[in-house]
Amino acid sequence: MGNKSEIKLLGTAASPFANRVQFALNLKSMKYEYIEENLACKSELLIKSNPVHKKVPVLLHADKPPICESQIIVEYLDEIRPDLYQLLPSVSLDRANCRFWAAYIDNKFFPLYEELRQTLNKAGQEAIKEQMIEATQQLEEAFIKSSNGKTYFGGDQVGYLDVILGCFIRWTQHVDELNDFNKFDEVRILELAKWAKCIASHEALKSVTPGKETLESFFGLINIYRPPYK
Amino acid sequence: MADEVKLLSLLGSPNVCRVEIALKLKGINYESIPQDLVNKSADLLKYNPVHKKVPVLLHNGKPISESLVIIEYIDDVWKGVPVLPQDPYEKAQARFWAKFIDDKCTPAILKAFGMEGEQDATEANGQLQYLENELNVKGKKFFGGDSINLVDISASFLAFWVGAIEEASGIQLVTKDKFPKLTKWCDDFVNCQAVKDSLPPREALVAFFKGRFGN
Repeated sequence: MGNKSEIKLLGTAASPFANRVQFALNLKSMKYEYIEENLACKSELLIKSNPVHKKVPVLLHADKPPICESQIIVEYLDEIRPDLYQLLPSVSLDRANCRFWAAYIDNKFFPLYEELRQTLNKAGQEAIKEQMIEATQQLEEAFIKSSNGKTYFGGDQVGYLDVILGCFIRWTQHVDELNDFNKFDEVRILELAKWAKCIASHEALKSVTPGKETLESFFGLINIYRPPYK
Repeated sequence: MADEVKLLSLLGSPNVCRVEIALKLKGINYESIPQDLVNKSADLLKYNPVHKKVPVLLHNGKPISESLVIIEYIDDVWKGVPVLPQDPYEKAQARFWAKFIDDKCTPAILKAFGMEGEQDATEANGQLQYLENELNVKGKKFFGGDSINLVDISASFLAFWVGAIEEASGIQLVTKDKFPKLTKWCDDFVNCQAVKDSLPPREALVAFFKGRFGN
């Protein structure tokens, strides 16, 4: 993949889903052109490329129609270049395990953060934090089983689940700070807390992780377009 | 050693049905073990401790949960009739539509029948239009082309359960004039052998939903 413009990625600096794809592209050393989208004023290209959801990230590969949804994009990249840093394991059962936890992370774990942001009443917030604690407990157990004593979900090397969950570390840290909460409390979930520090400092992710200002301004935007109401 | 395949199942569950369709398409012999979701069995709690739900596939004793994850696993392990396209790009598109059906379509459909919050069909009409357009653009019998694939299987709820709910509730959602391609697709899909063999009896389903709507 020598031609840089062969892969284009529509993303937003603050979006953990866009970061996820960038993390994967960086791990695979695949060159790509990054196009920053302003979600307050979506480009024609974005709306045309993802008419169903009008969301980032969107992958444009050569002259093919667009691919949307970050997990799907990451699997696609892994399938077209399995020779470059394979993310998903080769064994079918291990792949199924990865997909199961990826679904849990995106459908159960991360939505709690959006719920927390939208919930103003104290009792509601406490109930969500309880669910977050339970979710991180599940992820701690998943990590212990998957890592088998090694550094990452993928073992010695960063694997699919490290990418799927790793992209959320900065975002959730930001929400934790706003809510005086610590999801990766070392007392409670030692292994996952260690992993979180490790993955956040991985070069392929660190280079695309948004800074505090970027996150703050993005949160400001979301609070306008999808204000808290509960 | 012969493969031992078991499925923790539930009659009437669309997600269980999806997995059964995939198993039957591949000609896999399996044992269906119906579950009681009120008094959950030790096996269900052991094999799906995270969600405690069906379906759960047991392949030589190893559990796999989440219907779409199970279907991808089945396609991975057993060759023969493909459930997912081989081409990575086509595969990505199939996964996109399957996810769309689960994340957007089905919740919107439930809303359209008043089964989740206040009854409102606006969202469902919008989402179904995307599927109608997709069939139009493809110009084939199924989302998978000439034969069914992951997308068609993911839409089992739409193909069969929705008709039963329409009859039970008196609310029409997927009409021929609004969604001509989708309506035809429903008929063609339920007539596929693997699907026919996996669907629950329609009368029982209608009776169940009539109960829910108090009719």
